[in-house]
Amino acid sequence: MALVQITDSPSLGEVQRTSTLSRWASQHAAILLLGLVLLILPVMASDFILVQVVGWAMILGIIALSLMFLAGYGGMVSLAQMTVAGVSGYMITVFGASSLPAISLFWPWWVAAPIAIAIAVAFGALTGVLSSRTEGIYTIMITLAIAAAFFYLTLQNWPIFNGFAGFTTIPAPIAFGVNWKHPVPLYYLILFFAALSYMAVLYVSRAPFGLALQGVRDNPRRMEAIGYNVTAHRVAAYAFAALFAAIGGILMVWLNNQISPGSTGVEACIDLLIIAVVGGLGHPIGAFVGAIIYVILRTFALDSLVAIGLDGRRFQTLIGLCFLVIVLFSPDGVIGLWRRWVARAGGGRSGP
Amino acid sequence: MATASGDNSGVRGPARGDALGRWVGHHPIAALAVAVAIIVVLWLVLAPWPAGFEDIFGRKRLFINAIFNGITLGGLYFLVATGFTLIFGLMRNVNLAHGSLYLFGGYMGYEAGEWTGSWLFGFVIAFISCAIVGMAMQFFIFRRMEGQDLRQTLVTLGLSIIFSDLMVWVWGGNAIQIDTPDYLMGPTPTPIVVAVKSSGDAVFLQYPRVRLVIFVAAVLIGIGMWLALHRTRIGVMIRAGVDDRDMLSVLGYRVQLLFILVFAFGAGLAGIAGIVGGTFQSISLGEDSHFLLASLQVVIVGGMGSIPGAALGAIIIGCAEQLGQTYFQNYATVVTFVIMVIVLALRPQGLLGRR
Repeated sequence: MALVQITDSPSLGEVQRTSTLSRWASQHAAILLLGLVLLILPVMASDFILVQVVGWAMILGIIALSLMFLAGYGGMVSLAQMTVAGVSGYMITVFGASSLPAISLFWPWWVAAPIAIAIAVAFGALTGVLSSRTEGIYTIMITLAIAAAFFYLTLQNWPIFNGFAGFTTIPAPIAFGVNWKHPVPLYYLILFFAALSYMAVLYVSRAPFGLALQGVRDNPRRMEAIGYNVTAHRVAAYAFAALFAAIGGILMVWLNNQISPGSTGVEACIDLLIIAVVGGLGHPIGAFVGAIIYVILRTFALDSLVAIGLDGRRFQTLIGLCFLVIVLFSPDGVIGLWRRWVARAGGGRSGP
Repeated sequence: MATASGDNSGVRGPARGDALGRWVGHHPIAALAVAVAIIVVLWLVLAPWPAGFEDIFGRKRLFINAIFNGITLGGLYFLVATGFTLIFGLMRNVNLAHGSLYLFGGYMGYEAGEWTGSWLFGFVIAFISCAIVGMAMQFFIFRRMEGQDLRQTLVTLGLSIIFSDLMVWVWGGNAIQIDTPDYLMGPTPTPIVVAVKSSGDAVFLQYPRVRLVIFVAAVLIGIGMWLALHRTRIGVMIRAGVDDRDMLSVLGYRVQLLFILVFAFGAGLAGIAGIVGGTFQSISLGEDSHFLLASLQVVIVGGMGSIPGAALGAIIIGCAEQLGQTYFQNYATVVTFVIMVIVLALRPQGLLGRR
């Protein structure tokens, strides 16, 4: 399928490489450095940068990671991952706390959050069941239809989703004596889950399940013939991916302090796909790279567009153009550009 | 393509005259269910409702209005979705910018109408301008990435973002209503009884003339397309291309030209639908994703790449949407969604789709 061409799977050779700690550290210098910078960022950066830029990018990265997992390893481009995040975001407000006592049940966070995640995972798995009825490019159509249907449901439904108004003033919980609404605790909470999701996806991509999923992506018929249950793998992948989207959805609600139909609208779903594709579907880090690019564009495009004499409101066009350029010239995203650049630089050194 | 074990061995090309007979022969129970459903709906529409019936289901006027609105909305959905399904069937291109083309057609038709004062002239302008955009998309972009489904779809996605932002720039975010021309204004009496007065006189349904006329026009366009597909040389080429595009090009036909023509036609239909939508409801920001969703649902329910499927799906989705809005306001989209889920579960290729 053409779906496969765009993805650049992590080579299996990486899996078998066993190395000493120092070699590991030198190979992963970039990611270690990044982790260190992120850990000490609260010392340097303002609260705005911390939460609204880096924190928001990491949340979008977590949700985009679930899309990257499905598309990159499973060959299933699902546009409904933002919807999964929206389901868990709405559920945490319904079961947890919000400014609407008529709807919210005000259960403590350690009850509400697992329920919200469980419902979102069930929703994600259902999406998987539906879209694995067909395959290839149909997946996009079906998941987009699901996403749009959920958006219009939240817009029209008042008893549960409170219509177009949505929910506002949703407090993040106070747990273990820490108010997680404050920027620094919230930042570390997001960082923790971002790192956890990243490592989980990396781990699963090399575990038997992930390898089988990549086999299903590359040749479902052959996998079926050697005894793998293709549909079950696909649905399990949707459920696994939904887990991250659900976590991201809850963090999104806590960070934004609100959720409304616009948070899970068709545009949000499409933006998520843009994030994943611009970052690159070949490696989990692509989701986060795409997210930070997107957030920086979104935050600073207005000012910079005005600075070069253009209309700042045309930022959506700018995003679209960036996306088009990436799709047309580097189908494997910024990660692909980076890899090619490294390869060229490395080739140049080893040459004459 | 599809993985489920459907049982559609009887249907080979829904266009053939004997297909219906064979389908009935193969699926007597399903055929009976469909026949009963049609009879029930006809009775509900035509007969005056007995007393007591209205207590349970509400006023008949509501029901009839929902059905009529649903069918005429189905006509509009057909216009949008048929271009979508044609483009998808022939080029395997999921044109996610189709909603933007719809909106663009609506705006262009509105501008043309404002300039010349002619509603009909707007259709010409909308068709031509959307067709030009469609041709340009096919010629400059999709031609270069043939056979790469996902990349093409991503490109249409990027284009849809840019288009919708540019349209907001030009026309702003306010809803625009296209005025119905005088000769189509007002209601048309229909021979359908909606209520019986206490004096025993029947009250007949009055329905907006413009909606009826547009529905008839949509039906005529559908029939015209069917004839063009089955009776002309280009139609034969298109159908052959849907079945096996590579073989068609090997045989020496100018497939690229055909692609551009079909893209232009499909985009032009979306443009026409834009004016219809602007006359029925209004055109505004966000309508592009609404109609993209409608086309997706219609095509998923009716069958991907099938024009009769688009017609059937459009009527089903249109009626489901209107009935849902009348009877379950909070869950109206759930009704269409459930229909989509049922179809995907039973016939993943769509009601009239082929594998």
